[in-house]
Order: sequence, then C-alpha cells, then structure tokens
Amino acid sequence: MSVRRLAPEAVQPKEFTFTAENADWTKGQIAKYPPGRQASAVIPLLWKAQEQVGGWTPRRAIEEVAAMLGLPYIRVLEIATFYTMFNLAPVGRYHVQLCGTVPCHVCGALELKKICEERIGQQGEVTADGKFSWLEVECLGACCNAPMVQINYDYYEDLDPTNFGKLLDDLAAGRPVKTGSQTGRMCSEPLGGATTLADPSLYDGSRVGGWKTRFEETGQKEKEETGEQQPVKSSGEGGPAVPGSRNEVHIAQPASPKGLGVAPAGSPAGNAASPDEAVGTSKKPGNKSPRKR
Amino acid sequence: MTKLIVDGREVDVPAEYTLLQACEAGGAEIPRFCFHERLSIAGNCRMCLIEVKGNPKPQASCAMAVRDLRPGPHGEPPVLNTKTPMVKKAREGVMEFLLINHPLDCPICDQGGECDLQDQAMAYGVDSSRFHENKRAVEDKYLGPLVKTSMNRCIHCTRCVRFITEVAGVADLGAIGRGENMEITTYLEHAMRSELQGNVVDLCPVGALTAKPWAMQYRPWEFTKTKSIDVMDGVGSAIRVDSRGREVMRILPRINDDVNEEWISDKTRHVVDGLRQQRLDKPYLRGADGKLRAVSWREAFAAIKVRMEGTRPERIGAIAGELATVEEMFALKLFMEQWGSSNIDVREDNSPLHSRFGRASYLFNATIAGIEAADAILLVGVNPRRDGAVLNARIRKRWRMGNLRIGLIGKRADLTYPYEHLGAGGQSLASLMAGEGEFASALRAAKKPLLILGRGALTSEGGLAQLALAAKAAKAFALVREGWNGFSVLSATASLVGALDIGFVPGEGAMSARAMAREGALDCLYLLGADAVDVAPGAFVIYQGTHGDRGAHRADVILPGAAYTEKSGTYVNTEGRVQMGDRAVFPPGDARDDWAILRGLSGALGKPLPFDSLSELRKLLYGQYPHLAGIDAIAPQDGTGAIEALSQLEVAGSDAPYAASDADYYLSNAIARASRVMAQCSELAHDQASIAAE
Repeated sequence: MSVRRLAPEAVQPKEFTFTAENADWTKGQIAKYPPGRQASAVIPLLWKAQEQVGGWTPRRAIEEVAAMLGLPYIRVLEIATFYTMFNLAPVGRYHVQLCGTVPCHVCGALELKKICEERIGQQGEVTADGKFSWLEVECLGACCNAPMVQINYDYYEDLDPTNFGKLLDDLAAGRPVKTGSQTGRMCSEPLGGATTLADPSLYDGSRVGGWKTRFEETGQKEKEETGEQQPVKSSGEGGPAVPGSRNEVHIAQPASPKGLGVAPAGSPAGNAASPDEAVGTSKKPGNKSPRKR
Repeated sequence: MTKLIVDGREVDVPAEYTLLQACEAGGAEIPRFCFHERLSIAGNCRMCLIEVKGNPKPQASCAMAVRDLRPGPHGEPPVLNTKTPMVKKAREGVMEFLLINHPLDCPICDQGGECDLQDQAMAYGVDSSRFHENKRAVEDKYLGPLVKTSMNRCIHCTRCVRFITEVAGVADLGAIGRGENMEITTYLEHAMRSELQGNVVDLCPVGALTAKPWAMQYRPWEFTKTKSIDVMDGVGSAIRVDSRGREVMRILPRINDDVNEEWISDKTRHVVDGLRQQRLDKPYLRGADGKLRAVSWREAFAAIKVRMEGTRPERIGAIAGELATVEEMFALKLFMEQWGSSNIDVREDNSPLHSRFGRASYLFNATIAGIEAADAILLVGVNPRRDGAVLNARIRKRWRMGNLRIGLIGKRADLTYPYEHLGAGGQSLASLMAGEGEFASALRAAKKPLLILGRGALTSEGGLAQLALAAKAAKAFALVREGWNGFSVLSATASLVGALDIGFVPGEGAMSARAMAREGALDCLYLLGADAVDVAPGAFVIYQGTHGDRGAHRADVILPGAAYTEKSGTYVNTEGRVQMGDRAVFPPGDARDDWAILRGLSGALGKPLPFDSLSELRKLLYGQYPHLAGIDAIAPQDGTGAIEALSQLEVAGSDAPYAASDADYYLSNAIARASRVMAQCSELAHDQASIAAE
C-alpha cells in the first residue's frame, strides 16, 4: 500500500460512458436501494466501470459515477482511492496480484516476485504487448495453498517458479489454464493427500451411518413380518449425526418433500429433526422415510 | 436526566449527552482532537479515552452516549473515571502514536502557541520518541487562496471535512487513501468553493491548515485582542480583532450562539489587508486644476465653510454608507438638522425600507436563532448565501434537522440546500398567496412559517410594491402569531437597521439617496463613507471615509475617518440586536473618529453639535432612542402593526423578475475592494462561475 493517485492525464481517456448493457445493469443496482440512498450503489457502479474499461478506473469514470448518483466528485474519489481493488492506472490483460504476506513469503513468494520482475517488469507497469501487469498485495486469504497469485478474477495456488512460469506462458499464448491449485491438490488438503479420515470404512456405511443400514434392514424385516408398514422409529438409536457418505454432501439437494418437515438427506439437520417432526412422521405411516427416495 | 458519577462526583445530565459532555458537566477536562460540539461525531482521534467502570478497556468518551451506559449490579449510577492511571496511560499511548508521524516543526509552525496538539502534548506527551523509522511525508495540497496546507502535520481528525460537508454544505474536502496514507484534499486539488472555508483553519487542531494570507506573520501571543462586531454584512457576527502595534493582524470569530455560533464568513475574516491598503490618512481638497491635494484639517473645514454658507437647506443632503456606526449617523443627522435639511438617506441601493412603517417592517423578526424553530421557509428575492453567509449556514442547519420545506422566489442560486423554485418575481408571490400550489398549503399548515425578504425584491423596480406584497403575504399566511413573527427582512448591510432606527431616512418631501445623486439635485452633498451611489457632476461633495474608493474619487473634500476596527461604535444587526464594537487600533495618520470629525466641522462652521465626547453623544442618542442602550438585546416589536401599515400601501407593482443579488460578493464594500485577498477570491469565484457555465 502506498499513496494512491489518479493516473496521469496523458493516459486518461477523454470520455467515459457506460455501454447500453452496463447502463441497464447499473439501473438495477441503483434500484436496490431505497429512495435517497442511491449513493450506496457507488461500489458496484465503480466496479462495473472498471470492468468495462479493462481493469482500471479512469478519472472520467469516477466523475460519471458521481454524476449518476448525485455525489460530489470527491466522495467517489475517496472510495476509489480507499479500496485497492480499484486500479487507478491502466493494467495488463492479465493483472497479476501477487500475495507477499508472511505465509506466502516463507513459502517462496520472493521467487515469484523475481519472476514477475523479469517477465513483466516493475510493479504497476504494463508489458509492451499490453498482456501483463503485476502488483504485490497483502494477504488474499489462501494461505493454506501458499504461495499464490490472483490473476484477474481467479486464484492460482501452490505455485513454484516452474509452474508459475508455465502459467504465465500459457496465459500469454492464450492456452487454457487451470485455476486453483497448480499441483492438483484438492482444495486445501495436506500436501500429498489426506492424512486423516483415510479409512475407507468411514465412507461405506459400515461405521459412520451404520444406523441407516440397520434402519433399512429392520424396516424391511418388519414389513415382511406384518405385511404392512410399521411406524418409523426414532433415528436416535443410530450413530452420530454424520452425513452418510462424502459424495452426498456435495450433491445439491432438492427442497424437502411436501408434507414432511424434515430436511433433505445428507444435511446434518436431517438427523437433528425436532421431536415434533419426528412425531409428525410417525403419525403418517403411509409416508416413507426421505432416505428411501 | 441520568445520574452519573464522574470522578466521584455525582452529576445529572441529559441522556443524549455523550460521555465527553457528561464528564465536562462533571468538571473534568477531556482532551480531544476530532470531537467538536457543532459537528458530527467521528471518534477517530481516540484522545478522549476515559474509564467506564465495568468496561475492561478504555472507552472513547465522544463516541458513547450516556443512555448507552448500564447501571451497576445493584442499580448504582454508572461510574466514569477520567483521572485514573489507566486513563492517563491510555491517552499517553494515543499521544505517542499521534506524534510518531507529526513533524517537530513547532518553531516554524503558524499554529504554535494556539495548537491543541502542542497543548495536549504538554499533559500527555513523553519527552522522547521510541519510533526509529522514517516519518510519513505527505504532499501539501492547494486548497485556494485562503487556506495554506502543511499536510505532514495532519492528524486525520477530519474536522475540516465534516465542517465543509455539514455546515458549509459545499462538499469539496475529502480524505483520499486510507490508514497512514490518508490525505485530506479537494477533488484534484481545486480551490475550495465555500464562503465559510476560513473556518476550517480555526477547526484544525494542529497546524495542517493555516491561514494563507497571514502565513508566517505573527505569533498568537503577540496580539492585543479586542472584542468587536463584523460589518461586512447585516448579520453582525461577533469577532475578535487581533492587533499588534498599530496594525490589525487578523480577525477571528467569537462564539455568539444567537448570531454566528462560532463561524464567520471569509469576507469577515480575510478583509484584514484591506484595512491597510488605499487608506485615507490626510484631508484632501480638490484644487482648481481638478486634482486632489493634501491639506490640513483647518483648510479642509474652511473650504467646506465657503461652500456651505449661503446654500439653501433643501440643496444640502447627506448619504450614509454601509459601514457607518449608529453614533456617527446620529451626529450627521443632528448636523443636517442644524442646517435645516431633511435630505438624509442610508439606502444607497434604493430599497423602500423606512422607519415610518414601524421597526418590525425592516427587521429579521424571526431572529437568526429562530430559524431553527421554523418549519417552512419562503425566500423572496434573496440569496442568503451572499447577503448573510453565516445566516445561510443557520438555514442549512435547520434543513439538516429535517422536516423543512424551503421555497424560493427570485433568481436561482446554489444555496447549499435544496429548495423549490416557485417563480422569478412578484407575480409568483401573488399567485402563491392565492393558494396555488402545494407549497402554499405547506406554508399555511406550518406552525412557524418564515418569510425572508431580501434586497433582490426590495431593490428591483417597484420595491415598495414588493414590500407591500410581502406584507400581504405575511397576512395571508399568518406569519405573525402568538410568540412568533415570521416576517423577516434580511438587510445586507451593517448600517441599515441602525440608520432606520434613528430615522436616517428622508423626511416628508425630502430627497432619497438616488434623487440626491441626480444632476442638479443638490449644491452640497455629504457622503459618510457612501461609495455605492454614483453622484452626478455639479454638486460639491464632501466625502468622509476611510478608503480611496468610488466616493473619494468623486469628492471635492475628503475627510479621513476611522474604519470599524479603529473606533468604538454601535451597530444594529438585521435582527435588531444592538451590538457594540471596540477600538482595536488607532486610525492612520491624521484620520479621526467619525463622530469627532462631525463635531469639529460643526464647530468650524459656527454651529457646534451639543456634545464633546463619545459618551455625551451616546447619552443624547440613548435619550432619543432608548432601545439602543440595550446592548446585545433585541427590543420587542409590534409585528402586527408593521404588517398592517405595509399591507395598506396602495402602490402599483411590476411583475419583472427580482434582481439578482450583489454582483460581486467579495468586493461589496470599500474595505473589501482594497483587499488583495478579496480580489483573489473574487477572481477565483469568477473563474469557477465561468467553468460552471460551460
């Protein structure tokens, strides 16, 4: 962070107006706020302006946004200079924000910085072909996967000089790149794969969620014995409230079935149904447990 | 009211007080930088930390209200401590952080000696620094000709930003960047556009914003401080004149909650250099060659005697200017009475205000503080921002409180608050009275409606008709009611109300100022600092005044008088509040007090006025006009009578749009025209106006 000023007049565009499409979008943003509070839309509007200009906020855009919201220019300038997400000078097609805060630093951000300096140039400068610019920024909140950079809207993590160099090459050449971890690790799990919860029996239903198997078996048995359905038993006898399988957690669940006040399967709340709901379920023997869908 | 215990003493304060105010009510002194009674609360300097019992950390007392405190476990009143070691340590910590980046340039800082940071560092500062890094360096900003910046010294209290945005209403200043890199500036460093911007210098607790015209010229402890009254407009702001030796060095506001709170306009503050330039310090006499030459008082009086003796009384007249005190106008009136003439007038701008309609017909009857009680305001031919900048700030203050409708008839202008434009001239007022439009019903429904009549309406063609029309409107909207008189005339000059109070207006059949200035109207014309009238050739003109301005150029004899800082005098402000200013310095050279010049002249002409000292003159004055003895008070008025007298006038009006207010705000009187600073402001205002017009 340093003193932030508008770009010199020479690089400032003479005019700025929102495109018709963006102007419509801004109307929607402004309409979100109650009458007299339209000024609250200043950040979305500035952000859209920056997107339209190509990654930076020129002076005319600040003035245009101020005029649209009926604000004095200085009020919008205050916001544009306060938030570092507004670039006040032109940036490259790929604007690299390199995290230089401690976790990234100790994991080798310095080497990435060197690469940036060699490949792109000084901070804030745009390469001659207009493709790259870079900036060292403070923590971007991906410390588990340090070192990392943000390029435009995406994070690129687990970088080292080799794969960062390749990433820049690919971007320059227009080849598709992979976002997120560059070493193929899943989210922020430990390097070299998971070290805990690795036992496959955790996920096959034999340990965690054992109640479910038993529940189904018991139900089946009773059905066979009486020839009709019995009231469903409370789920309390089962194991702890842990989702049945890993995959289930990630599948988007439909809304709970009508007439059943029970949360969809797979969500922790499903097992913590309130007594009322449990009673409600038991009074409707014709209904099946949601888990049987 | 809530009971609190402050440093062991029980106090009872309103629940909306901040802890800071509550502590002050309890007699404790709380250091602060960002907190200011008349601005919103920012809570960013952290200097006002106190200990709230039950609270593990120190509390910023400006940012917490009394109603947010909780009683003790057994219902005991909340306990605040301001003198415990914890408080002292906390404040010392804050001070140390403030001083980390503050330069050690007190020896070359204009704020030295009246600096809040300096004073508070004496109590909470440590003698050495533990900070071994580089200090922050900030570029100085250009903010216009009145405010000099030294941004290294800024401690980011944001008082200036809050003042300009909230009180002045011209949101020019802002804080760009953040944290350590926060900087106070205007948008791309354009000059500030408020006519109240000089107040940010008073508000700045450090030396970051200082007055540019006076930079590096004084130390505050060198001054003799004199209480006085401002004469740049009709508001009569309370000022303090700081003088060194024979020179007035600066003018600062005094707190007067009834009039100016603690603000003054830039013209009031920075007209100071005009008191030194272009001064008349010797009597002058126009010779046969048409050139003025310096003469002695005796010669000047002799020349006047030659011309005045034998002149018929109706061929003699006198016009008083806008800066004249009541005393000298009274002396001039007596002087003219001795010569048998009733050709006297103060209304250089041809306004129809006259004492014969009663005092309430020309006063700002609602009073300036009363604006805050009004719930609907109709501005008729007035630009209060130009004719009373501080009064305009009061209207804005009222508008910020909410639930106020403001309508304007006359020329559109940026008044710093929104208003409904209802028309351009008298026709619109008439149709408003007829009940047309939503605003008319709002005005009718208002509990305390206020009509402000200004010189735009009064000085345009048929001003008397406009005055009568406004009075009819006052009747129609029942502006005068029990405990409230909403019929208010804003007089733009300092002398007007005082002159009308003593009847310094033409008597029956006598000539008005405009008539006197016409060619062949008079043989002998006495101008008491009157510069706004163009006197046609022919008459012998005696000019008694302070500056070599328009009046002096036309004069045949010039008698050098004293400016408002150089004499003790009474002024009556637009509300009718009688105020007295004191002498801060002596007039330059041979110049004399104005009442003494008139006394001397009358003696030389063989008809001495009946007083030999200012106190004798005042005794005579108070004998005839007892209300003038009530300094700082407003004598009660008969509002209904004045409205009746005015509304019964049968005069034909015109429907022409009201005239625009004074052409050049910054150059409206002789002192301002002599001031370089005002010339700069005027030039800048013109530039800005032409940019805005593009």
